[in-house]
Amino acid sequence: MTYFAWSVTDRQVEEVNAQSQSLCQLTLQKTTAQLISLVSTTLHNRVDSMPRTKIELPNIEYLSILDEDAKLDKALEPKIAPETLKTMYKYMLLARRTDERMLLMQRQGRMGTFPQSSGHEAISMGSAIHLGKTDWHVPAYRELAGLLYRGWSIETTLLYWNGFEEGAMPPEGVNDLPVCVPIASQLLHAAGLGMAMKLRNDNSIVMTYFGDGASSEGDTHEAMNFASVYQAPVVFVCLNNQYAISVPIAKQMRNETIAQRAIAYGMPGIRVDGNDVLAVYVATMEAVERAKRGEGPTLIEGLTYRFTPHTTADDPKRYRSDEECALWTKREPLARFKKYLVAKGVYTEKQLEELEQELDTMIKASIVKVEEMAQSEELANPLSMFDYLYSDIPPYLNEQREELKKHLEQVKNSTNSGVSPQKASAH
Amino acid sequence: MAQMNMAKAINLALFEAMERDDKVIVMGEDVGPDEGVFRITEGLYHKFGDKRVLDTPLAESGIMGTAIGMAIYGLRPVCEMQFSGFDYYAFHQLECHASRFRNRTRGRVTVPVVMRAPYGGGIRALEHHSESREAIYAHTPGLKVVIPSGPRNARALLHSAIQDPDPVIYYEPKAIYRLFKEDVPEAMETLPIGQAQVVRKGKDITLISYGASLRPTLEAAELLEEEDGVQAEVIDLLTISPMDATLIIESVKKTGRAVVVHEGPRTCGLGAEVVARINEAALLYLEAPIKRVTGFDVPIPYFSKERFFLPDPERVLAASRETLSF
Repeated sequence: MTYFAWSVTDRQVEEVNAQSQSLCQLTLQKTTAQLISLVSTTLHNRVDSMPRTKIELPNIEYLSILDEDAKLDKALEPKIAPETLKTMYKYMLLARRTDERMLLMQRQGRMGTFPQSSGHEAISMGSAIHLGKTDWHVPAYRELAGLLYRGWSIETTLLYWNGFEEGAMPPEGVNDLPVCVPIASQLLHAAGLGMAMKLRNDNSIVMTYFGDGASSEGDTHEAMNFASVYQAPVVFVCLNNQYAISVPIAKQMRNETIAQRAIAYGMPGIRVDGNDVLAVYVATMEAVERAKRGEGPTLIEGLTYRFTPHTTADDPKRYRSDEECALWTKREPLARFKKYLVAKGVYTEKQLEELEQELDTMIKASIVKVEEMAQSEELANPLSMFDYLYSDIPPYLNEQREELKKHLEQVKNSTNSGVSPQKASAH
Repeated sequence: MAQMNMAKAINLALFEAMERDDKVIVMGEDVGPDEGVFRITEGLYHKFGDKRVLDTPLAESGIMGTAIGMAIYGLRPVCEMQFSGFDYYAFHQLECHASRFRNRTRGRVTVPVVMRAPYGGGIRALEHHSESREAIYAHTPGLKVVIPSGPRNARALLHSAIQDPDPVIYYEPKAIYRLFKEDVPEAMETLPIGQAQVVRKGKDITLISYGASLRPTLEAAELLEEEDGVQAEVIDLLTISPMDATLIIESVKKTGRAVVVHEGPRTCGLGAEVVARINEAALLYLEAPIKRVTGFDVPIPYFSKERFFLPDPERVLAASRETLSF
C-alpha cells in the first residue's frame, strides 16, 4: 500500500487489507491502476466528509417569438427598425428565389450539384444582420441569405456552384470566407479569427455556421474549446435541420439539444426556433453583445428543417416521410415573417408583390450575365488553374502550364484541320 | 456469368463477403437505409440489419478510429468514406495506428480493416469531391492500396481486401462506377493484392495506368495501332502499393519505352515511383526517357475545367508519340 501519499488510520488500513485479500486474487488480471482505483474507492466510502454532491450547471433555454402561424409573443418582440426588417426580408426572399431558380437550372443541366439553402434563411439572415464591416462571416454552405446580404453577388453564387473558382472569391473589402464544403472545418478558422481579434484588442466579432451533422466532427469540439479557452469573440450558429443527408439527429447524438454542449465548453448556449427570424435575431444579438464585451463565445442552435433534398443529387424519399416533410414545410421561415411584416405595416401586400418581381428580374439578369461570363476568355481559360496556387509560379509549375498550353494548341490545330485524333475527342 | 457495372460489382462483393463471414461489418455515413450516396451499399441494411450495417455519426476520424478498435477485437470492418476528399480526417488514424499496430506490437495486434472511398474526377462534382490523392496512402508504410478499373476486378479485389490480414485502402474510381458493364462470374473470386495485369499485349511501348485513367490509356493504345501501326502493351497496376514492379520491368525490357498515366498530381505521384523502379532495374533497356501523363500539380479545377486536368487519350497519344520518336 505504499502508493498512498495521504495518511490513513490503522483501522482503515486493516479494512483495506481485509478487502485486499480478496482483491489479491484479482491482481493477476488487474492492472496496478485498476487496483489503486478499487482501493481508493473503498477508502473514500469510509470518510464522512467527502459527500457526493450535485454540481450546479446552467440550464438551456429555448426561444420562440413568432410561431408558425405568425402568432407573436409581444413581450419578447425585439425592437427592429422598419428599414432593417425590410433588409432582412429582402435578402431572405432573394436567397429563396435564387435557390429555387438554381434548382430549375440544375434540372436543365445549366448548374452543377449544389446544396439547397431553402428553409435556412431565418437562421442565416437573423444572425448575419448583426455583422458590421470589420466583423467576419464564416459560412458552411446553406447561408445564402447571409452571403447575399454581406455583398456576395448572385453571379458569384452561380459561378461557384457551376464549377468556377471565381465563385469562391470574396467581394472586395468584405471580411468573409467562402462557403466551406469539408464539414465543420471552417469552425476552427472562425475560432482562430476570433483569437486573433482577442490578441489584438480588436472589438470585432466572428459569426460562423455549421449543421447538426457537423456537430459530430472532432473539429467542432476543438473549435468551441479553443474559442472558449481564449474567450474569443465567436458566435457559433448551428443550423440543426435534423438530417445529415439521410441520418436523423437521433442517430447522430444522444443529447436532447446541440445547445447543451455549450455547458461543457463553459459558454452560454441557447436553442431557438430556427424558422423564427425574430428569435434568431434576439439570440444572436445577445451573443454578439457578449462577445463585444469580451465575454467570449456563444453557441446558438436554430432548430429548422431542410424541406429540400440535401443536394440536387439526393432523394429524401429514401429516408423520411412526405408527412414529416409537409409538416415542417408549413413551418418554413418566410411565410410567417411576411405575415408579421404586413401586420406591422412595414410592407403592404402590393409592395411585397413588387419586391418579388424586382428580385426575380434581378435574378434573371444575373443568370444571363453569368452565362455570358462563363464563355468569356478570362473565365473559360483552363490555364488559370496554375495562376493562383502560390504567390509566384514556381518553374516546374510553369513548365506544366506551358505543356498544357502547347497541348491545347495542338488539339485545336488538329481538330481544325479535321485530321486526327477525331476518335480520341469522343472520350 | 452476369453482366454488371462496377457499382453493382462492388455491392455484390460486399453482399457476398457479409454472407460468408458474419464478422464483416459495413460502416459509414448514409450507408444504411439511404444505401450510400452512390448506392454501393444497396440492399445491405435490409438484408443484414443495423448490427452489421452501421450508419455512423458524421465523423471520418471517428469512423476509422472505431473501425480500428473493432478490427482489433476481431471483426472485419469495411468503412465507407463518402468521398475521398474527406478521408483526410481519417488519415491520422490510418497513419498513426492502422498502419502501425502490427509492427509496434511485433505482430500481436493486427488491424484487418478496409477503407473504401470513391475518388477522382470526371463527374462534374462540387469542390472537394474530385481529388486523386492515392499517393498519400501509397506513401504510408503499412497500408496496402488497391484501385480497381472495372466490374470484374473490382469485385475480386474487394474480396481480397476484406480477407487481407492488414489494412487496405480500396479506392473506387467513381467516374467509371456506371460507365460500362462486364461479365462477372457467378462464383466468388479473388485477385491477389500486389499483382498487376497486362490488359493489352504489345511490343513497341509500355503504357502503365490504373483506375479511371486506364480507359483513355487503352483508347490511346488503339489509336496508336490504327494510326501509327504501333503495338502498345498496356499494364493495369490494380494494386498501387505494394506495386508489382516485376511485371512492369519485364514489359519495359521487351518494349524499351514507357509512359505512365494517372490523374493524381505529378510530383511524388505514382508515376514517379514507376519511373524509379524502371530506372533501378531496366535503365539500360530504355530507348527513350519515360513520360508521365498525369494531373497537374494543382488542386483539380472545379468541374467547368476539370477535363483539362484529367489525362485524356490525346495527351496519352502525344506523349507516346514523343517517346516513340525520341
